[in-house]
Amino acid sequence: MKDNSLSNILNQYDSKEQIDGQLYTLNLGPTHPATHGIFQNILTMDGERILHAEQTVGYIHRAFEKISERRNFAQITTLTDRMNYCSAPINNLGWHMTVEKLIGIKVPKRVDYMRVILMELARIGDHLICNGVTGMDAGAITGLTYMFIERERIYDIYEQICGARMTTNMGRIGGFERDFTPKCHELIQDFLKTFPAKFAEFGQLLERNRIFMDRTIGAGAISAERALSYGFTGPNLRAAGVDYDVRVAQPYSSYEDFDFIIPVGTSGDTYDRFMVRQQEIWESLKIIKQAYENLPEGPFHAEVPDFYLPEKADVYNKMEALIYHFKIVMGETEIPKGEVYHAVEGGNGELGFYLVSDGGRTPYRLHFRRPCFIYYQAYPEMITGSVISDAIVTMCSMNIIAGELDA
Amino acid sequence: MTNEFVLEAITREFPETVISSSEPYGMLTIEVKKDDIKKVIHYLKDSSLEINFLTDICGIHYPEFPDKEIGVVYHLHNMVANFRIRLKVFMPRENIEVDSLTELYAGANWMERETFDFYGIKFKGHPDLRAILNMEDLGYHPMLKEYRLEDGTRTDKNDSMFGR
Repeated sequence: MKDNSLSNILNQYDSKEQIDGQLYTLNLGPTHPATHGIFQNILTMDGERILHAEQTVGYIHRAFEKISERRNFAQITTLTDRMNYCSAPINNLGWHMTVEKLIGIKVPKRVDYMRVILMELARIGDHLICNGVTGMDAGAITGLTYMFIERERIYDIYEQICGARMTTNMGRIGGFERDFTPKCHELIQDFLKTFPAKFAEFGQLLERNRIFMDRTIGAGAISAERALSYGFTGPNLRAAGVDYDVRVAQPYSSYEDFDFIIPVGTSGDTYDRFMVRQQEIWESLKIIKQAYENLPEGPFHAEVPDFYLPEKADVYNKMEALIYHFKIVMGETEIPKGEVYHAVEGGNGELGFYLVSDGGRTPYRLHFRRPCFIYYQAYPEMITGSVISDAIVTMCSMNIIAGELDA
Repeated sequence: MTNEFVLEAITREFPETVISSSEPYGMLTIEVKKDDIKKVIHYLKDSSLEINFLTDICGIHYPEFPDKEIGVVYHLHNMVANFRIRLKVFMPRENIEVDSLTELYAGANWMERETFDFYGIKFKGHPDLRAILNMEDLGYHPMLKEYRLEDGTRTDKNDSMFGR
């Protein structure tokens, strides 16, 4: 392994005068437009070249794990969305699956399929922004503006389901609060019909664009071995050539029912990360089509009165419903003791929830395995020796979301 | 690869180290002696078991068990055989130190820094053990159970009304 320590780099310079004349420190961030979030990089530069990088995180740390120890299981749903706000439904539904695993709830097939549709829409939205912004950071802003329009259409679908667009809170323990509305069906069908052409156009803008390829091929490359050592998962690992995907390796929410492939890259550089995400969007579309066409009839939530809030009309008119409502809101329902780890394939990679319950109202311990936190550690190794413009596109193509990094 | 097979392999290699084992929700969970954790993880990584992916490291605090007050939980994964394992070590509050895995996994660096930041667990051999998400001059480790979420001086909130 190359020794990237500052002292080693400085030793390569002949004299102190040479260093004094050449090196300077550049603060990239904490709030720099190119960092797309609040994190700081202190770069030691020789002209355009980065000799050493040191990053600082924690600027928006909000103590989610600590807060989780004070909230009942239903109330934590609002925290999960605020980690990776670019693909909030995946975080949210992943959390609910974890709780369901702990309690031992089996949800109806319709819920599984609805979750798959929403999680894949979220993945598309996440990848669109990541790839759009990668293009923008390489100087091509058109693609981003096109793809923002498409993401807004995904948000319209979310809005039909839960009223919110970004931090959605759409899941419930046992299923969803409400079924897809007619308008929601209309929006999903419309999206499936028109999105492929728009997305293909975006692909044409960048995928074989000479300037974009020159800017991204070889930038911020990481080998499969190093990526695994760092704990990479998701598109960033797959770009390095490892075909690991939680949806295939440990299927959840009926992913085993759908036919899709895992796109992989070869060199683990920015271009490969971009291309893996591009292909994953096509695969996600395939999954949504299959899930939507075969959406089973039936209830949109499991019959778990201890955990799923009853209808409001029933709360006013039926004693039992009122009791359940009260127990759920006050967090009085019994949760089994135990510990569970559940992983879902987030927009960024393996998003894990380690939940320890002592049978109390709140989790005894909740730890989020946040893929961004894992990736960002490798960033200095990936950019040392490259020029600053490479560092910008590299950070963007890794899709570091500050909310998830700091949680 | 089954839980029994892996547990047997670990017990065979380290007859003295496994303190207890269980399978909550199907995942093999073993508690090992604190001083052996690095050896065991090194063995899992380099042996034919190939459990060579470090998924996660986190801390946990049980103030009611003085001998096992502070714990570190490791999640490891064999991606090819799709086998996951959870390892735990516990230690009393006075001697809150465990071997660092940074020599085995590059990714352990930040995971251990985060665990140190929140629980004060010192990782022996870590190259740069300092707080990561909190301020360095915070002065305490906020995930320990003695620190309440709300302002401890407030009297208008009854703790028993808010979960814990």
